[in-house]
Amino acid sequence: MASEGSYRQYVNIGILLMALTVITVAAAQFDFGPFNVPIALIIASIKATFVALYFMHLKHEDTMTWIFATYPLFLLFLLIAFSATDIFTRVLN
Amino acid sequence: MSTDNEKNYLENGKGFSSWFFTTDHKRLGVMYLCGIGTFFIIAAIASVLLRAEHLSPGRTIVDAHTYNVLFTLHGSMMVFLFIVPGVAATFGNFLIPLMIGARDVIFPKLNLYSFWIYCLGAVIFLFALAAPADTGWTFYTPYSIESGTNVILITLGIFVLGFSSILTGINFIVTIHKLRAPGMTWDRLPLFCWAAYSTSILQVLATPVVAITLVLLIGERYWGLGFFDPAKGGDPVLFQHFFWFYSHPAVYIMILPAMGIISEIIPVFSRKPIFGYKSIAYSSLAIALISFLVWGHHMFTSGQSKLINIIFSAITFAVAIPTAIKVFNWLWTMYKGSIELSAAMLYALAFIFLFTIGGLTGLHLGALASTIHLHDTYFVVAHMHYVMIGGTLFGLFAALHFWYPKMWGKMFDEFRAKIAFVFIFIGFNVTFFPQFIMGTLGMPRRYYNYDPEFTIFHQISTAGTWLMALGFIFMLYNFFRPISKTAEANPYKSKSLEWSIPSPPPTLNFDEIPTVTESTYAYGNKIERET
Ligand SMILES: [Cu+2]
Repeated sequence: MASEGSYRQYVNIGILLMALTVITVAAAQFDFGPFNVPIALIIASIKATFVALYFMHLKHEDTMTWIFATYPLFLLFLLIAFSATDIFTRVLN
Repeated sequence: MSTDNEKNYLENGKGFSSWFFTTDHKRLGVMYLCGIGTFFIIAAIASVLLRAEHLSPGRTIVDAHTYNVLFTLHGSMMVFLFIVPGVAATFGNFLIPLMIGARDVIFPKLNLYSFWIYCLGAVIFLFALAAPADTGWTFYTPYSIESGTNVILITLGIFVLGFSSILTGINFIVTIHKLRAPGMTWDRLPLFCWAAYSTSILQVLATPVVAITLVLLIGERYWGLGFFDPAKGGDPVLFQHFFWFYSHPAVYIMILPAMGIISEIIPVFSRKPIFGYKSIAYSSLAIALISFLVWGHHMFTSGQSKLINIIFSAITFAVAIPTAIKVFNWLWTMYKGSIELSAAMLYALAFIFLFTIGGLTGLHLGALASTIHLHDTYFVVAHMHYVMIGGTLFGLFAALHFWYPKMWGKMFDEFRAKIAFVFIFIGFNVTFFPQFIMGTLGMPRRYYNYDPEFTIFHQISTAGTWLMALGFIFMLYNFFRPISKTAEANPYKSKSLEWSIPSPPPTLNFDEIPTVTESTYAYGNKIERET
């Protein structure tokens, strides 16, 4: 945590997060069919990334912390990928 | 070393508050031990009652609903209140700072909060017993949504207990990274610490998934959300995916620290350096990694897709590799060693023998063809008890004997300990070996009633629980009747750091932080052979 962002930067990120929240609500007003969930998830992921990088100082951390922070994403990928493989290949049974 | 003027950790303060508000890792370890010990005894009594019910077909001592409640109580209490915190929270707390040459864990207050959270979770869990659940410890949907019993409160208790597990894991990971004494490099780190480190990774990364799953279950019961309800577009098998994503790695949360204990005890009583230090250390990490990839082997008969069945089965066989690496290394450590059959060593040897049976019978269940026949039979019950009792519990008992002088500053009677061991070892095999046969013949698990042809197997199995119970009681008696009120600092001539300080350890562990110059397992070197 050598250099933490300035007060101003935190405010900017905060405003950006607010804007993304407005976009989430706005996007919910339209029906994108099968893309409803992916769109909501993509916006939410962008917000989470900003929170992790700036408010949780990940941007300024060393490699070990990055490994610990990103490994769970790999596990999340596995959880979704394996469960989805099951659900979408049951037709082959 | 002058520690005369310093009080040891047991004498440093008396009374309830000196324990309940302590941040001393050794006292927290002891308190966890009291906690898990209490729940072990309650859950073990439930299992004795369960087995007694099976003395004859039909009703023997309890009705069918009480039977369902008893096995849910036995399973969920053993898993979430005893064996998951089990070795990691007790001996992890007590030993990690001592082994790495530190004065405490890195976040002592967080450690205390973790213990309080454990207590809170246990209290909620006990409240749930007012209308105890009858779902089994796995809470499978759809029954867990329909059951009229108190599923919400018991899952809430488990949710809270999960946080204790996560925070303890974070504490251990950071402690091992940051507080190692000078010279305690990663390749000198005691193998118990490697095991505890891998366990902590699992605790931190897997536990949140079961917490979220239980929240979804509560939401489903309370508001009818529909994640697991096909009528609302949900999928009951999805619950099993989420549940086992935690609960398979949880098997390793339970067994890895016990494996660490075995890696500590075998070299001391063989007077040889551990064989294959690096491969044992890295196999712990490999288990921590691969164990996240096999959860679907619990769901082969759930209607899961055939493709994913094949994938999960193949990866399951891969888990056998790091486990076998450990077993072969332990055997090779003993080869041509000067073996001393102390009580702790006997438990460690029993661990290797019984855990291997437990592990190898897992392959029958991981193979797609044979599992169709064996799934949900007593074969599975026997398999998991060979792993959990023959593995983890025997590992815990080995540790309780091995570190008894260090923990309490007293010596127990070796001969009585060995008699207790014989009862427990024979009782265990008499209880669970017939269950392999019964299961192969088709006796389903969790059934209240059974066909008369299974009577003899059930009766042998029940008699085994009585032998085991006698052994446990005698072991406890032996622990509470020490033969000497003082213990040497290092009765086994171990090289590990926790034995370099007096027994019981002073409150601040080390007068001076030690500097480590050689491996923890440097036995059988020239100097030792000459003395
Ligand atoms: Cu499993």
